[in-house]
Amino acid sequence: MFSIELLRDAVVLGVLLGCFYAAVSLGLSISFGLLDVPHVAHPAFLVLASYAVYWLNDSYEIDPLLAGLIISPVFFVLGMITYRIYHETFEKRGSDAAVRGIAFFFGVAFIIEVLIILQFGVDQQSVNASYIGKAWRFGDLRIPVRQLVAFGVALVLTGGLATYLSKTFMGRAIRAVAQDEEGLRLMGANPVRIKQVAFGIATAVLGLAGALLIIIAPVDPTLDRVYIGRTFCVVVMAGLGSISGTLLASIILGVAESIVLTMFGASWAPAISFTLLLAVLAVRPQGLLGR
Amino acid sequence: MNRRTLIGWATSVVALGLTSGAYAEEPPIKIGMSMPQTGGLAGGGKPSLLGIEIWRDDINAKGGLLGRKVELVVYDDKSSASETPALYAKLIDVDKVDLLFAPYATVPTAPILPLVKQRGLLLMGNFSFQVNSKVHHDMWFNNAPWGPADSWASGFLTLGQKAGGKNMALLSADQEFAQNLAKTARDVAKKLNIPIVYDQSYPPSTAEFSSIIRAVDAAKPDIIFVASYPPDSAGIMRAVNEIGVGDNVKIFGGAMVGLQFASVMENMGSLLNGVVNYNTWLPEPSMYFDGTKDFFEKYNKRAVAAKVDPLGYYIAPYGYAMGQMIEQAVNATKSLDQKGIAKYLHEHTMKTIVGPITYAEDGEWKQSATLEAQFRGIKDKNMDQFRQQGKQVILFPDNLKTGELVAPFEAARK
Repeated sequence: MFSIELLRDAVVLGVLLGCFYAAVSLGLSISFGLLDVPHVAHPAFLVLASYAVYWLNDSYEIDPLLAGLIISPVFFVLGMITYRIYHETFEKRGSDAAVRGIAFFFGVAFIIEVLIILQFGVDQQSVNASYIGKAWRFGDLRIPVRQLVAFGVALVLTGGLATYLSKTFMGRAIRAVAQDEEGLRLMGANPVRIKQVAFGIATAVLGLAGALLIIIAPVDPTLDRVYIGRTFCVVVMAGLGSISGTLLASIILGVAESIVLTMFGASWAPAISFTLLLAVLAVRPQGLLGR
Repeated sequence: MNRRTLIGWATSVVALGLTSGAYAEEPPIKIGMSMPQTGGLAGGGKPSLLGIEIWRDDINAKGGLLGRKVELVVYDDKSSASETPALYAKLIDVDKVDLLFAPYATVPTAPILPLVKQRGLLLMGNFSFQVNSKVHHDMWFNNAPWGPADSWASGFLTLGQKAGGKNMALLSADQEFAQNLAKTARDVAKKLNIPIVYDQSYPPSTAEFSSIIRAVDAAKPDIIFVASYPPDSAGIMRAVNEIGVGDNVKIFGGAMVGLQFASVMENMGSLLNGVVNYNTWLPEPSMYFDGTKDFFEKYNKRAVAAKVDPLGYYIAPYGYAMGQMIEQAVNATKSLDQKGIAKYLHEHTMKTIVGPITYAEDGEWKQSATLEAQFRGIKDKNMDQFRQQGKQVILFPDNLKTGELVAPFEAARK
């Protein structure tokens, strides 16, 4: 089955899907891409943010995006605390911190999952907003409004983070700690403090990303398992630590997935992300926009 | 009587008292099972367990089974097929349970059936689909109303054909339960001469269904049969509402797991209107049997505290019915001999709160009681509406039917 209209729809829906993937991967691009922290609990924090948004929406009828903004400072603090625990118990103790750190973050992910189950139960939850369940028509093309929202938020987040990391003092310090931690220490700065703030920012971003996750589809406590492979794939394909690369890699992944789902068969879709990753790494081992 | 003799007498009396007490207090009958209490299947596992616990409390209040209390030994299998073989080996060899119930759902049950067959033990199934079709265990009794393998798809496709459907699309999750259903749907479509114009399996990790629904729409099917699992069903319904599936569709749904759960139904609200989907119990007049009303009164009180599905229609009454069947078989055979219980279950019709149950040779229900029901007049964010009669009208099977199909799908959605 092939038609130009179908291909056009697949590309448009794929770009929107890709922007959503970018929004949920940006935090990981900082924590894993820039800081080298094996943050496998990133999707669990994402789901936790979705449940916080659900609670605010359900209890106080706060718009999910606004709820995402409200919880971001809380997640910033949560991220700082998490990094400090990781640093004190693993990172500063030796060279194999990354390997042992994976175990730490897996443990954190399981704890988050169980806490969500204890508080909210095992059922799926979703939010109400005027833009959920509606579509805009452009001729015979229909675009879900919730995906347009994800598209807009992802662009704002990407632009905001890229600007922050390149134009502000703290942003440049974060990039510096990623490149040469020892050099930064010799200049009298405290790299652990900078990494802690960076990890806080990476987690704060998840406030809005979690809002998008529950806007796009209902969430359940185990949803993090669906996103773990996809988010790491995006970050590695982008080039470690590249914010604009994350957006580009996500869009490529989204469009490829959408075309395969629409035109070739849904069964092939899981292979797409890792096939693309291998192809990109074969040609550019540093990733799409990595240095 | 000197002091030494007195102590001797006293010791003897105490020892005698303890011994006779031990005889009076027989050990409990242990029923072992794993149940998904975390993971993707927990939404079904938890209400199922609550239904079984209500039966346990009822039977113990009546004095137990064979004069012994009933005790449940339950482990969380985390919805994982890789967990269940070890858990059931532990239940059999370490906990030494007297009887086994299967976990909720096909995926965690499939790997334990060969183990149970090898040990020659009876296993009460819990909403699996066709797990015994290749194992052929003669002491397997599936506690689910599916009946013959093709009855599920044939009910839906026959309704679609009667409404004027001439071709169909088949969308299924890429996992065992949905694939078993998709296979029977293909067979039934062939028998009914319904050509399949779209046939795709989507991976369980699919995050967004807009592209898939766009492809289904492009194939222009009259009947759309969907076999999906809980995390996906809501995503599919959202995409259908936004992208659309075309005015020519007569009937949509079939086998979407999740649209039976209260939280999903409440979240989906009016998006559900017009969907024809399978179910196992609904508050329609044809579905009440001896004890059904009492069961739901007890369930409603305990569900809130247990944080499980507040309606509990889909699976909880079947958990209770599973206990009722064991109760009848054990009382009739007056023993826990598993072969004797299996023989009784094969030869008799059991009275339960979900209706009379008779087993076929393969351990499935002899006659299907799988409902195909159409959502009608559903409003947004209102859980209590689903307790009302007429919100899910039963279209199939004929003996339980409470209304006629409203078609086409687009008209039924209004």
